Amino acid sequence: MRDGCPTVAVFFDMLDFSKNYFELFGLPVSYIVDANALSDRYRDLQRIVHPDRFANATDQERRLSVQGAALINEALETLKDPIARGSYLLTLHGVEMDAQNESTQDMGFLMQQMELREQLEEVRRQDDPYEAVLDISNRVNKQITSLVGQMAVQFETPTDDQLAAAREILRKMRFLQKLRSEAEMVAAELEDELS
Amino acid sequence: MALLQIAEPGQAQAPHQHKLAAGIDLGTTNSLVASVRSGNAETLPDAAGRHLLPSVVRYKADGIDVGHVARAEEAADPLNTISSAKRLIGRGVQDIKTLGSRLPYRFIQEHTTVPRIQTVAGDISPIEVSAEVLKVLSDRAEETLGGDLSGVVITVPAYFDEAQRQATKDAAKLAGLHVFRLLNEPTAAAVAYGLDKRAEGIHAIYDLGGGTFDISILRLNKGVFEVMATGGDSALGGDDFDRVVAEWIMQQAAIGDDADHGLQKRLMRAACDAKEALSDADEANVVINLDDGSCWEQALNRETFNQLIDPLIKKTQMACRRALRDAGLTPEEVSEVVMVGGSTRVPRVREKVGELFGSEPLVNIDPDRVVAVGAAIQADILAGNKPDDEMLLLDVIPLSLGIETMGGLSEKLISRNTTIPVARAQEFTTFKDGQTAIAIHVVQGERELVSDCRSLARFELRGIPPMVAGAARIRVTLEVDADGLLNVSAKEMSSGVQASIGVKPSYGLTDNEIETMLRDSIAHASKDKLARSLREQQVEAARTIEALEAALLDDGDRLLNADERSTVESALEELRRLAQSDDLKIIRQGIEELERVCGFYVERRMNQSVQQAMSGHNVEEFE
Repeated sequence: MRDGCPTVAVFFDMLDFSKNYFELFGLPVSYIVDANALSDRYRDLQRIVHPDRFANATDQERRLSVQGAALINEALETLKDPIARGSYLLTLHGVEMDAQNESTQDMGFLMQQMELREQLEEVRRQDDPYEAVLDISNRVNKQITSLVGQMAVQFETPTDDQLAAAREILRKMRFLQKLRSEAEMVAAELEDELS
Repeated sequence: MALLQIAEPGQAQAPHQHKLAAGIDLGTTNSLVASVRSGNAETLPDAAGRHLLPSVVRYKADGIDVGHVARAEEAADPLNTISSAKRLIGRGVQDIKTLGSRLPYRFIQEHTTVPRIQTVAGDISPIEVSAEVLKVLSDRAEETLGGDLSGVVITVPAYFDEAQRQATKDAAKLAGLHVFRLLNEPTAAAVAYGLDKRAEGIHAIYDLGGGTFDISILRLNKGVFEVMATGGDSALGGDDFDRVVAEWIMQQAAIGDDADHGLQKRLMRAACDAKEALSDADEANVVINLDDGSCWEQALNRETFNQLIDPLIKKTQMACRRALRDAGLTPEEVSEVVMVGGSTRVPRVREKVGELFGSEPLVNIDPDRVVAVGAAIQADILAGNKPDDEMLLLDVIPLSLGIETMGGLSEKLISRNTTIPVARAQEFTTFKDGQTAIAIHVVQGERELVSDCRSLARFELRGIPPMVAGAARIRVTLEVDADGLLNVSAKEMSSGVQASIGVKPSYGLTDNEIETMLRDSIAHASKDKLARSLREQQVEAARTIEALEAALLDDGDRLLNADERSTVESALEELRRLAQSDDLKIIRQGIEELERVCGFYVERRMNQSVQQAMSGHNVEEFE
C-alpha cells in the first residue's frame, strides 16, 4: 500500500472484515432494510473499490480491489434477499442454521405446501396451465411476503424465543423459496412451448 | 513513476496529461479500433480509409498478411489463412475436433493442450492469430494518435466463458498491450449510446451479426450499469437469412439439392444481394446464371422476404423473452433497445424487435462500429482521462460455476448472472477414513451432472492430516475478477493446508455448447432434479455403508461388545437392502435409521479419535 493515496486508505477501512454487512453499508442492524439506501450505498462503495478504479494500479492493489468488490457484492446479495438476510441476522445473533437438514414441523404449513406442490404437479392438466402456474407463484409469493412481515417483528428486540421463532419462519421461507423456483421452472417450460 | 514523467520536447505539459487509450472490437469476421479524440469517440480508419479490418491472418514462408490482403488470398491459400480465430480461441483439443471437421486447417494436437494449426510459417495457436489482428489495430491507433497506448479495452461476447476470456487476454499480452479491462460487447454498445448518461433505466442490447445472436438486459442506475441477464443463439445470424432466401430461389428456379459448389456460392451471393437491396427497396430482382448457361430471373418482394425470415426472427424473440425472464422483467419495463450488428439493418428485424419491446429501437450509430466506440469511451475513462466521470460498469458471469461432488454432481457455488467480482466458498469433507488428499474439479454450466458441464480445472489438495471420514473441513473458494477470470483456492481448515490455482485452461466451451447446455438445462431441469436427488441419496447410502464397514473393521472389536455389534450389523444389512430401491424417500429413511442406531458407536469413535489426536498419535499407528 502506498502512502498518500486516499482511495486505498478508504478501501482498507472498508475491507475491515470485522465489520458486518450492515455496518459495511452504514445501515442499522435490522431485518427491515431501506432498499434505496442499500443500493445507493452499494454504488458509492463500488465506485471506490471496483477494479476499474485501479486499472493502472499495482498488482497487489488490484488484488485487494477484487476482494473488496467481491465482498461488497456478497454483502448486497445477502442484504437484498429476505431469506439470506434473515439467515445472516440469525448468525449475527449466534444462531447457525443447518440449511440442508432443518425443516419445519408445522403440520398445518406442511399440509398446505403439499397441496400447492400437488397442484403444481397437475398444472399441465388445467385448461390454462400457464395461468395456473402464475396463480401458484402468486400464492407462494404472498406467503413469503407475509412471513417477511412476521420475521421483521422477531428481530426488533430479539429474545431467545424470538430468535427461535425467526428460525422457524426461515425454515418455512426456504420451503416456499424452493417451491417458487420449481413453479418458475414449470412456467419457463410452458412459455417455451407456447412461443 | 509520476516524478519521472517526461514531456515530449516542444510539447507543453498539461496539468492532466492526456493518456492515449483505445477500444478494440475483436470480432469474428471484422475487427475495429476506436479512440476518444477531442472529446469524440470514433473508429479509426487505415491509410486507405477503411475502418473494418477483416479478422483474417495469412501465414507465409516469409511473413504474414493481416486483414484485407489476407482475406483476398483466403480461397487460394486456405490452409495458411486463418479466419476463425475467435471461434477457436480458448478452446481445447476436443472442441477443435468437433469444429475442425468444418474448418480447412490442419490441427496439431500433440505435446500441448492448446491446439495449434500447421502453417508454412510453423505451428500457430488461435491466440497468436488474434494477437496479430490486435497488433495491426494498435499500430493503427498509435500512428493515428501519435504516441504509445497506455492501455486498451477489448470487447468480448457476454457469453464468453472463462477460458475464452483468458485466451483473449493472453492474445493482448502477446501483442504487447496493457489491457485495462475486457468489456462485454453489449455493455460497450450501451455506453456508445450514452445510456450511461441517463439517470436510470433498463436497456436491451439486441446484437444480430452474421453468424451469432446475443441479447443482453442491462440496468443503469445513477451511472452504474449492471448486466441483469444475457442470452442468445450462437448459430443464428444474417447468414441464415441468406440461406433461407437461397433456398427460396432454389425452389422457385427448380434447382436441386445437388447443385455444385460454384452454383451454391452464386446462390448465396444473390441471396445476400437481394437481402441488402430489400433494406431500402420494396422489391429486389434476383438473377442467377444456371449451369446449363441459361439465366433465371425473378423478383423477390419484401413481403415474401419477411415471411422467409420471420421464423428466424422469432427465434431471436424467444431468446429475448428468456433473457427477460432471467432478469425478472416484462418487455414493457425495458426503456431502450439498442441495435448492434450488420443484420439489424434489415427493416423487418427492427420492426419485430420494436414490436416485442414496445419501443422504437436505437439505430443512429453504425451497428458495425457501435461496440468499438463504446469500448473507446470506457478505455478513455480507465486511462484516467476523466477523473470526474462516475461511470462504473458491473458485469455478470454468463454461466454457473460449480465443484464436482460425490456421484458426479455439480454443486453450484456461483450461479449465472451473478455480479462480478465475486468470491464464494464452500466446505467439503473427506469420504474415507485417513484420506489425505482430495481432488477438486471446477466445472462451468447449468446442468446438474458434471458430465453435462464443461470442465474448467482440476487440482489436488494434498497433505490433509488423516482423520475420520467427514472430520476434515476443506474450504474451496472460487473467485471471479472483473474480467470474468477465475481463481480457485482450497484450504483444509483444521490444519491450514492450502492449495491454489489460477485457472489457465487451454480449452473452453463452444458457442453451440453454451447454447445447447443452456437449453438442455431448462428442458431437463425437473428431470435432473429428481435424478439428482435419487443419486444423492444412493451415494449417501453407499457412503454411509462404506464408512461403517471401514469403522467396524478398524475398531469394531475394540469398541463394541457382541450384542452391540450385531445390532449395528443388522442395521447395516437393512440399509444395504434399502439402498437398492429407486425411491429416494425409502433410502433417506434407511440412512436416518442406521444413523440413529449407530449413534453411540459414532460417538465412541469420535472420542477415540480426539484422544489419539491429543496424545500425538495418528490413526495409522494403531492399524
